[in-house]
This record gives sequence, C-alpha cells and structure tokens, in this order.
Amino acid sequence: MALSHLDALEAEAIHIFREVAATCARPVMLYSIGKDSSVLLHTAIKAFAPGPVPFPLLHVDTGWKFREMIAFRDRMAAEHGLDLKVHMNPDGVRDGVGPFSHGSSVHTHVMKTLGLRQALDAGRYDAAFGGARRDEEKSRAKERIFSFRDRSHGWDPKNQRPEMWRVFNTRVADGESMRVFPLSNWTELDVWQYIQREAIPIVPLYFAKPRPVVERDGMLIMADDERMALRPGESIEQRVVRFRTLGCYPLTGAIESEAATLDDIIAEMQVSRTSERQGRLIDRDEAGSMEKKKREGYF
Amino acid sequence: MAETTLLRFITCGSVDDGKSTLIGRLLHETRQIFEDQADALARDSRKHGTTGDDVDYALLVDGLEAEREQGITIDVAYRFFATPARKFIVADTPGHEQYTRNMATGASTADLAIVLVDARKGVLTQTRRHSFIASLLGIRHVILAVNKIDLMGFDQAVFDDIVSDYAEVAGHLGLERVEAIPLSARYGDNIAERSARLSWYGGPTLIELLERAPTANRAGAAPFRLPIQYVSRPNLDFRGFAGTVASGEIAAGDPVTVAKSGVSTKVSRIVGPDGDQERATAGQAVTLVLADEVEASRGNMLCRPTERPEVADQFAAHIVWMDEQPMLPGRSYWLRTETDQVPATVTDLKHRQDVNTFAHEAAKSLELNEIGLCNLSTQAPVAFDPYADNRVTGAFVLIDRMTNATAGAGMILHPLRRAANVHWQAITVDAEARAALKHQKPAVLWFTGLSGSGKSTIANLLEKKLHAQGRHTFILDGDNVRHGLNRDLGFTEVDRVENIRRVAEVARLMAEAGLLVIVSFISPFRAERRMARELMPEGQFVEIFVDTPFDVCAERDPKGLYAKALRGEIANFTGLDSPYEPPENAELRLDTQEDSADALAERLEAWLSARGYC
Repeated sequence: MALSHLDALEAEAIHIFREVAATCARPVMLYSIGKDSSVLLHTAIKAFAPGPVPFPLLHVDTGWKFREMIAFRDRMAAEHGLDLKVHMNPDGVRDGVGPFSHGSSVHTHVMKTLGLRQALDAGRYDAAFGGARRDEEKSRAKERIFSFRDRSHGWDPKNQRPEMWRVFNTRVADGESMRVFPLSNWTELDVWQYIQREAIPIVPLYFAKPRPVVERDGMLIMADDERMALRPGESIEQRVVRFRTLGCYPLTGAIESEAATLDDIIAEMQVSRTSERQGRLIDRDEAGSMEKKKREGYF
Repeated sequence: MAETTLLRFITCGSVDDGKSTLIGRLLHETRQIFEDQADALARDSRKHGTTGDDVDYALLVDGLEAEREQGITIDVAYRFFATPARKFIVADTPGHEQYTRNMATGASTADLAIVLVDARKGVLTQTRRHSFIASLLGIRHVILAVNKIDLMGFDQAVFDDIVSDYAEVAGHLGLERVEAIPLSARYGDNIAERSARLSWYGGPTLIELLERAPTANRAGAAPFRLPIQYVSRPNLDFRGFAGTVASGEIAAGDPVTVAKSGVSTKVSRIVGPDGDQERATAGQAVTLVLADEVEASRGNMLCRPTERPEVADQFAAHIVWMDEQPMLPGRSYWLRTETDQVPATVTDLKHRQDVNTFAHEAAKSLELNEIGLCNLSTQAPVAFDPYADNRVTGAFVLIDRMTNATAGAGMILHPLRRAANVHWQAITVDAEARAALKHQKPAVLWFTGLSGSGKSTIANLLEKKLHAQGRHTFILDGDNVRHGLNRDLGFTEVDRVENIRRVAEVARLMAEAGLLVIVSFISPFRAERRMARELMPEGQFVEIFVDTPFDVCAERDPKGLYAKALRGEIANFTGLDSPYEPPENAELRLDTQEDSADALAERLEAWLSARGYC
C-alpha cells in the first residue's frame, strides 16, 4: 500500500532531520515564524519524539517583523521548551537601517543576509535547516536538499553535489556548512493541506480580517506600527485582508480576501492565479534576483 | 481535498526533442502556472524565446539566469504538479553536457521515465543512451513519447515505425512496461485531452498514463529492511532505532535480527510520526524499540531472522562516475550507503560500458560521466541487497576524501564470494610476539618528498644507525622496487596509485614480521599515503615529510632528472607536470636546508627511541 502524498512528504522531512542530527556536529534550525517554519518545527518535533528536538532554533530578526509574528514566536518557544536564539545585526541597528529609510535592497542585505551570516558564524553551525521549497521560485527548483556552502556561505549553482536516492553527502570541511531543506519537495498547497490535517498553529495574519492598510506601489501594506509614515495622498484604510507569506511588514503585500479559515484558504488557493512570492517586494528588484541573493548567502 | 498518492518521474530527451516544452505544457495543462508567472513568461518569450510569437514553455523551466541567457539547462531541476488523482514530482535534466551524471541523479528516485523521441528523427543513439541509464538506475517502466508528430502530418506509420524500433531497445534492456503515445507538446495534442488530429490512436492521454502508472514501490512485498539512521536515547527509559523502512513491513512483537552481528530480539514498540503504531511499512520514518539491549548503531540494518541481507566487505557494482577527478582503482574513497559510511577502494575495474553501444571496453580509470563494472573492497563489512532487488539498500555513493565531493554513484550487483569464504588464518605467533623477540616495536617509517629531496640519503643514514644498535630493519626504496616488484608500472596517475598500494602492502607484511620498515617513496598523493596509514594498526605508521622546495631539488638534481624533465623529456614529473600534495599531518617534518642529512637522521633516531620503537 503506497503512502499518501502527505505521509510520504512528512516521512521524507523526518528522514532529513534525523540524517543531520546523526551526522552533523552543530545543526541549527532557521525559524522565520511563517507557515513553512511552522511545518518545519512540527516535523522536527515528530522526528525526535519522544525525545526533545536536539538542536537550537535561530530567528534572524530585522526589527521590522509584524508584531503578531514576534508574539507568536515567543509563545511557540515557550510551549515547546525550545532553545530559541534571536539575532539582529548590531551594525544595522547602529546605523538605523530600515526599509523606509534605506530601501528594500539595502535593508534585506544588511538585516537578513549579513545578519544571518553573522549568526551562523558566531554559532559555528555546520548545518542550518530552512523551510524553502522548490516550487517557490525558479532557482530554488535546482537547489539540493543538502545544499553545500563555502566558507563565506556562498552557493555555487554550477558546482552542486549530485544528490541520489536518499544517500546524502553531509561531509564538510572546517568552516564550510550545509543549508538543509526538509520541505524541498512540498508545494504551497501541500503545506496548507498538512497544516489543516495536523492542526498546526500559525500566525493569525494568514487569516482574513479587517486590518489598517495603505495602498502603495500597487501593493497593500499594513500599517503595523508608528514607523509607517504616510506619503502625500496616502491614507490608512480598514480593509479585509490576509497574507500569503510573512516577512518585514513594510515589504509584505496583503491580499484582499475573505478567507478566514483553513478551508477558505485552501479553497482560495485552488482557484488562485498568482504565485505566493508575488507579494514580496524583494524578488522583483531585478531579474534573477533570488539567484543573486542566494549566491551571496541569503536563505 | 482527499489525500492522493505521489509519483516521481524523469523526462529524458536530447536538446531539441522538446523536453522543457513538454514539462512546461504539463504545468500549464494542470494549472500550475500562475498569472504573474505567465506574464513573466510572455515577457521572457519575446526576449529570449525561440518560438516566435507563441509562448515558449521551455523558458518556464529553465531556471537560472545563466541558462536563460544561453538557452541551455545546467542541472537537475524538480517540478511539481497535481491532478485530482495524483501528485507528481518531475526531475528535469539537461540533454547534453554532464548528461549521464544528471540523468542518473534524476533517475535514482524516479518510478518511471518518459523517453522523448522527435517524430522526425526516430530512435537515435541518445534514445538508447537515455534508456540504458534509466534501466541501469532501476527504472522498469517507460513511456515512449513520440513528440512533434504535428511536423510529420500526424502520420500513424511514422509512429508505428518508431514504436517497433524502440521495442528492440526495450527488449535488450529488460524494460518491463513500455507505453507509447504520439503527441505534440507545443500544441498540447494528447497531453490532457485526446487529440482529434490523432484519432487513430485509441489509448489514454499522457496525463492519464501518468495517473495510472504503478509506483515503483514494489518494496512492500520485499523482505523487511530498516537501515539504522539514528539511535534515539533521550533518557534512561527509552532507546530506539530510528530510520526509514526501506522495504517490507514489520509489526510490534515480530522477531528481528541485527544484520551485521546476527543477534536476534523482538520489536517491542514502533513509534511513528503520530505516536505508537502497530505496523510499519516501506517508506515510513519510524523508531523501533527492541525487547533486548542489543548492540546496534547507525549503519547497521534490522531485518527478519529468516530474510537477511548480504553482509560483506567485497562486492561487484556498476559505478557512474560524476567527478572531474577520474576514478582510480586502488585509491581510497568514502563509501556511503543510506546510513553507513566506510573507507573503500575499487580493487578491479572489470570494464567500462559504452553508453551508446552498450559495448564493454577495457579501461584503467573512469572519467566524468563514464560507467564501469567494478569490484570494491570496504574496510569493514557493509549490509546490502543487490540493487536489482532493492533500490534503497543496494545503492551507494563514493565521496572524494580530499574534497568531500560526491564523486561516484554505485549500484551493487552481488557480493564477491571470496569475502564470505576466505577467512583470515588465525595466527598464534603475532606481530607483537615477533617484534618482542627483536626487542623493538615494529613501524613503517614512510618518507615522502620530491625527487632529490634527500629521502634516500636520510633513510640510509637512519638504517645504518639502527643497524648499529642491533635493530632489525629493511629499506623499501622507490627506484629499487620499480626494478622488480613494480616493474610493470609506469608513471601515470593510475600506475602511481597501484605502485603505492603494493609497497604499502609489502611494508605491512614486513611490519607484521616485526621489522622497522623504512619506505622511501615520492608518494605524491595524500589519498595514497592515507591508504597506507590505514592499512597499519594505530601508531605503526610514521609519516616523515622531507621538505625540500622544488627549486632546491632542481638545483641539486643528483640524478640529472630535473634537467631532463625541464627540457620536456620526462612526462608526469612530480612537481612539474604532476602534482605533489604535501602532508598535512605528518608525524615529522625534516627541513634539509636547515640541517644536514646526518643531523636529521640523528633527530629521527632520537624521536623513535623516545617513543619506544627502538
């Protein structure tokens, strides 16, 4: 009897978690609080039950996450007794880097990419789990489950290790590392179906409700705190919206939606005609922009 | 939405067969292409496309910036689509450079292969090659997609000819199930809907064929195998063996055996993703708790007492080579199965197989993208099944020990009976006893360094000193050995590896005889020096790096070799056109520019004496 597709994907993720725990010296899980991170955490807990998750979680904070995300993060860490480490790039904090003052490119590079590199170097981690999926974006489709990174965290798409069967090559030299993606073969729909089947808690921002938003550059930006300064002609309106992905609030577009339950979201997804990354400003900066960020060490 | 099953497949075809177009079309027909992606696609089609005003679906799947610019596909990419009946994962591999390596990667996890044939060209050499690689990787089910049938006027005779040509290939490769379908990926004929223009074809559409295909997971009926991946010991009350069931099934209460030790016990609990469960079947990631405290760690395997895997340290396997550095028999690699890892060498390359003609050819090494039949020897026994019986437990990769690159992929054919039947002679007078009689501790003193660095001079002086003290010694010198034992070997990389292997084996026998063995060999490669080190018991191998720079050696040139080499009269000369890899962890480093040979020999003698060797 063949496993259902969700059981097969879950088993694959569990296998990958265990493989790292068995062969890497200092693993860490990148926890970004979104729905994929929620699934990642859920499968990690299953992989090691009845024992605890044998590695810490790392959140690279930018100072601009939705407030509800931070509250959710702290609640999850407390409920599951997780070893959660939070890092914010001190150079960026000192220089007051933010998306409104410096633009999305600089903000993302300094607070996310550089912040991540600092945290990984400081922890001397040799394996870092991430929730990326191959269906998200074209360059992700070519990335391995165990993705080798050189000493400066760079990804070389032309020089990836062949990955065959379930035989993973987890060997790295001192200072080198792997990024590991247990959800590589999941699609966005799989993630939602799994969240529903397993009743996994997620940040409420995924569900529609009236929220204060500003229409800017064709996107609906939620005014999450007082740092959101209005430009001439802009106004804050209450609209019924939700988010398909979560990140820094000034860079994450909301969609107008009535989907207030998981059933609604899945139904909406199946008729949806836009990809989830469409709401992300950073991917549109220039063509091939995700590939470029990844070469520099972005997740 | 009801849960469905998952099918993984690979598409194979040459550059212009329309492979990317077919995948793009499958994504389009199953509504996986979103509006923003479609907009980008239309934009890109005008910029880079090759289809005029039509949307170029190939651009949808050619992901990396470099690929879009050059119109090629670099690496294996995975695509996803779903129908109400099934989820699909497609491995998309490029059709030219690195083809064998990439296709083998994609095929390793595939249940079936779609082999694309251009209706205008018919069955080509490439078609045979793709089918061969698919069958080598264990794929038994092929969909023969005759594409671009629109360009042949939707002619049934063209299709029938190709189908009958392919039947011969399929028969030769032992494919169990071949389903042929005429289609046009560009226009969508027979993809999701039966084409009116192909009314003579009465069969299912491509998507229907994919929906109905059995998953290759016949593993359910195979014997139970659980490669132990992780031993879970969160507290004193719990000790479980975690892993993914490779094949078969097991229930709580069933007897199990640890493959490598043969120790048997019972399964007392099965912990699954949702807590305790009664049974575990192929593909599930579980943790087994056993009734007794048995010794088993990662790399071992659990099975039923009556259906055991092979446990051997020598076996035959097909190897697909994937690294720029060639595979050299005698060189030591890490061999990694799903959960086990041991040093291994290829002891014999029986033949190389031509992927186009399937012919067997004699070969001394395997280059990138070549396939060979090899005998392997591992440093410790491995538990496995023949790949033909089990694609999970019969597979392994070889890892370069220097770079950690995944250098080769292997599919095991069978154990070599010598491993099972030739046992070590139990020897009662052992190395220690023989050495004790000589009042010394045996050792292999391995001198490495460039030609003319002073190895032989220092080695000779050292031997004289040891001999004067009444120690039993022997010198194995590079030049001397090449006059006798290794007279059949030249100076290519392959021969240099074999040269060192033989010398290391001889040195080991001599050390077992209780001697202080002095080996004086250029031995330029770290991998071979490590192999020699691993042959000896811990502490018996002493690596001595005679560190004299190339310029100084060339200046001294005691045998006139450098002068000749610099004139281009000697090929593969170490330090010149063949590399020397200096030791990273030598026990001793001798600097011949600072001290005289005599002083260095004295220092060595003192070092050995301080450690009880003499």
